[in-house]
Formats: sequence, structure tokens, C-alpha cells
Amino acid sequence: MTRFLNKKESLILAIVSFLILVVLPCLNAFVPKESFFHVSDFTINVYGKYLCYAVLALGVNLLWGYTGLLSLGQCLFFALGGYALGMHLMLMIGKLGQYQKDIPDFMVFLEFETKYAETGGLPPHWMPFRSIWFAVLMVIVVPAVVAYIFGFLAFRSRIKGVYFSILSQALTYAACLMFFRNDFTFGGNNGLTDFKFILGADINTPETKRWLFIASGVLLLSVYLLCRWLTSTKFGLIQRAIRDSENRVLFSGYATAHFKLFVFVLSAVICAVGGALYVPQVGIINPSEMSTDKSLEAVVWCAVGGRSTLIGPMIGAISVNALKSWATRAFAEQWLFMLGGMFIFVVLFMPNGIVGLPAQLKALKARYIDRKKSGEEPAPVDATEPAPATKSAD
Amino acid sequence: MTEKKEFILTLEGVNKTFDGFKAINDLNLYMDEGELRVIIGPNGAGKSTMLDIITGRTQPDTGKVEFGKNTDLTKLNEYQINRLGIGRKFQTPSVYVEHTVLENIWLSLEGSRSVWSTLFARIGSTQRDRIQEILQTIGLVDRANVKAGTLSHGQKQWLEIGMLLSQNPKLLLVDEPAAGMTDTETAKTGELLMSLAGKHSIVVIEHDMVFVRQIARKVTVLHQGHVLSEGTVDEVQNDERVIEVYLGRKKKH
Repeated sequence: MTRFLNKKESLILAIVSFLILVVLPCLNAFVPKESFFHVSDFTINVYGKYLCYAVLALGVNLLWGYTGLLSLGQCLFFALGGYALGMHLMLMIGKLGQYQKDIPDFMVFLEFETKYAETGGLPPHWMPFRSIWFAVLMVIVVPAVVAYIFGFLAFRSRIKGVYFSILSQALTYAACLMFFRNDFTFGGNNGLTDFKFILGADINTPETKRWLFIASGVLLLSVYLLCRWLTSTKFGLIQRAIRDSENRVLFSGYATAHFKLFVFVLSAVICAVGGALYVPQVGIINPSEMSTDKSLEAVVWCAVGGRSTLIGPMIGAISVNALKSWATRAFAEQWLFMLGGMFIFVVLFMPNGIVGLPAQLKALKARYIDRKKSGEEPAPVDATEPAPATKSAD
Repeated sequence: MTEKKEFILTLEGVNKTFDGFKAINDLNLYMDEGELRVIIGPNGAGKSTMLDIITGRTQPDTGKVEFGKNTDLTKLNEYQINRLGIGRKFQTPSVYVEHTVLENIWLSLEGSRSVWSTLFARIGSTQRDRIQEILQTIGLVDRANVKAGTLSHGQKQWLEIGMLLSQNPKLLLVDEPAAGMTDTETAKTGELLMSLAGKHSIVVIEHDMVFVRQIARKVTVLHQGHVLSEGTVDEVQNDERVIEVYLGRKKKH
């Protein structure tokens, strides 16, 4: 059994956390703008977003890398979390909107005042979202319930492998279409935007953005520790056993469906919390957040970073997005091709992603030296190259 | 008529059809407690389907499948049946290749199987002793901390038998344990299974007649989903119908 955290890991983790949670925000706040060491507001905002993506990646990987369930629906939960907090932020705008009404602009525009006349134009299910606590609760509850229902039906019917992926994508697509509809009361294709305040603070000041960045860092750290703990328990062993040989687990008396359901719901909540912190930083949430390519992107992050590790997806999420923000400026049209090409390259040549690269290079070097030697001497009987670990797809 | 005797496993008038193909045809099988029963039969005789029916993977169309006095197995699913004390070893060794040998056994040890209990479970000292005892039985003590994926084929087979043992089952269903093994490994497997009989009831499916001769007390021959013959190895091998079935296809040793 793996220890939860050893001394060396704790030290590295403490240093990285200190850099992200303390040093970067301080460089942003206290170092003068002209200084070389100044971190711009833009950078803080962008990396705050990436930290939320890293949380999403951890959620995806808990399912894919550790349980063998490739879900293409995790950005649905990310978006649901975002919408739940976004609803609260919409109601906090108050009379500062374009129409200077008590209800959000899109409701005025869509004539909700006549449609929901008895509540002053606000659809009834929006009312409790005036409370931040209710909104935060819904960030967790709504995705958990959706994941529970979907997971219960899918796992009970023993839907596995590629069928599970397709079904999860279909669910996401259906939700996306639903959110596009104006009469679904969530702002249609414009979504929720123009936020003004969060917890009473102006949402667009550098200071608020800085605190949101720190909050994202704390969230990522907590989710990482949670995943780290979970995968070190007996539960974690069973999770990976299900990935490698589900039948053996089932015929050993474990109700594998219950375990998968637990991981699925937990992953949905993780993704949702990431989404909830993402929305105030980008200032908008709309149905395109749950479109097909978003889910696939999250899968690519995990593959590029290295799945079946916890560090990998975080590295993948941050590095692929940094690449994306550069590439979409430099070659906007080609970005999706680059993303697809990268995915294929990683799957074919880097099965363990960036994290597995050092070991891979080491093996390559060993083989090179071996070959050089065998040029001089008779060839060795067996090559000592460690084969890359392969998982049998179910 | 015969008085009602208590069997550990009763299959009576079991039928199963897959797309018009009668895989199991009016199958009757009775197992005594502590018995070691070997089941042989040509390919497609319904041996593995029979195990599927006992372990809940397949539902029979008709017939009675009972465990002990009156537990109806047809109403239960795989993990419920396992929890009653029926362990199954698959034809191809299935162990958790990314886990160590010790972890493989630990996950299989009898005990709570609920999600919550696994979140806070630790290996206790009694469990540690039990794991050690099982590793001793299957001869893998010195491999306890290596990944199961690095074991040889024969060792994987033993590990899987060890995983069954750690569940402390009343009934073990073992599908071709000697497949792909060397002669010495096969003999060792035979000894292992014989040492377990008595404490557990065991059903072994096997093709290798040398191995069958080594372990069998009572042999059941399946043919076209039906019991063709039952008796000692010699009785069965001299049975005209059995000879015909085997000669009609391919001569076995």
C-alpha cells in the first residue's frame, strides 16, 4: 500500500503551494509595475482560470486514469457548477444592468415580467439563489444528483468502455441543447454574464481577481490532497482493480457498480466546484462550456500530462492551455488540428504523457547504449528495455 | 423413493438456450459437502456456461439452481452469490496486474465489501497473518511485494487460487487451472487442490487427462449441455458413450 504523503513529497508540495498561493499574488500586489518581477493582473487572471481547469482535469482523471471510465461529460458538471454560482452573481447585479431593473437583463429582454408576473419576472427556481450559501450548496448538489441518476442507470445496466463514453457525451450534448433554449430560463446562448459583485466586492478589480486566484489555488491543493488520500486507501486499490480486471472484482464479492457510482459522483462534484470558481474569473458562463470539444479537451490534458498519476493532469491542463492561449492568437484556425495532432502523438508515442517522459528517455538511452555495445560485442541475449505499461481496454 | 439428502450444490433440470443453440440441456448435478468433483467434456459441452449459471453471470431459462439447503441462486447477482461463499477462478488467470501480490490477496480477504468500509480500511495483524498463511499455501511468500503482472503464468494461476482461498469460500469453482502450465506446475496445482478438498467443496473443469487422473475421485462428463456419464476416472473412461463422444471428435490421451 502506498503511503499517503512521504517527507520529500510534502516538502515539494509545500514549496509549490507557497509559490502559487503566496509568492505570485504578492508579486502581483506589491511589486511596482515597471519591475521585472511584477506579475500582471492579466497573468493572474489567466492562471487563475488554468488552476480551475486543473481541478477539472483531476476530476476527469479520477474517472479515466484510476477507474478506467472515460467520461466525455465532465465539462457538463463543470458548467453546471458554473451556472449555479453564475445565477447568484446575476442576482447580485441589482439595478446596475442595462435595463436598470431588479431582474437580470436577459429576463427583461425575454419578457419574463409578463411570463412570471406573480414573482416580479424572476422564475421561481431563481429566487433562493439570492443567498450565496444556497448557490454554493447547489454547486455541489445539482451535479451530484445529475451524476447519481446518470451513473446509477449506466452502471446498473453495465454500460462500459466506449459505450459509456458515447452515452456521457450524448448526455452533455442534450444538456447543451437544453441550455441553448431561451425558455429554459438560463439566458439561452448568451448565458450568464456582466457580473458586478461577488461577496459584496467589485468583481472586476485586480484585488478581487487576486483573491479568486488564491481561492483557485487553495481549491486545487485541497482536491489534489483529497484525490491523493483516496487513491492511497483500499478504495483506491479497488478503483484500479476495477480498471484492470472488473470481472475479478465483481466475482470477489464487490458491487463494482457502487464503487463506480461513488467515483462518478465525486468526480462530478470536483469538476463542478472547479467550474464555480472559473465563472467569476472569466466573467461569463454559456452553453458552449458544455460543448463536445470542451470535454475532449479535458481528456487531452490528462493524456498529455500523463494519466494514472495525479500530477500529470494538472501539468497537462496548465501547459496545454498556456499553449492554447498562444496558439489561438498565432494560428487561430489551426488550433483544433494542433490539439488533435497532439492527442494522437501522445497516445502513440508517449503513453505516460509528460510525467512519463523522463523514464521513457532513460529507456531510450539505455537501448541506444545497448545497441552501441552490441556493435562491438556479440549481441546480448535479451534486451533489458522495460516495456511501457499498457492497459487493456475493456 | 430416495430420501432428501443435503447437497452443497444442486442443479436440477437446468436449461439454457443462446439464440437457438441449446448450451445447457436438462442438466442435473449434485455435489456433496467437501467433495472434489472434476468435470470434463469436449469443447462446447457447456462446462463454462454451467459455471456462469452457478455464479450468476447467466440466468438459466428453466431449472433449479440451489446452494446448500434452500438458497436459490437464480435470483441473485454475481457479488451476492460470491458473498454466500462461492468463489470462481476464471479460465484465463485474472489477477490485478498493477497491484502487488499482497494487495491482490488483501482485496480478496473475507470481510466487509461496502464502499464506506474500504475508505478507512487498514491491514490488521490477524489479516496480515492470514495473508501470510495463504501466500505460504500457494508458494508465493517471497513474491509478496512484486506486481502481480510480473508473475509467470503458473504463478498467476496460483495467485488467483489464493485469492479465492482468502475469501474462505464453501464452494470453489475452478476453470482449467492447469491450462498453459508446465508438467511440474501442473502436478503442484493438483496437490494444492487436493489439499483443499474436504475443507472446501471444489468443482474443477479440466481437459488434461493426466491431471484429471491425479486429482479426481468422481468425474462428471458433460456432452451437449447434458450429463453423459458420472463415476470414477476408470469407470468413465471405459464408458462406451464417453468413448464414442471423444473418438467421434478427437482422441484424448
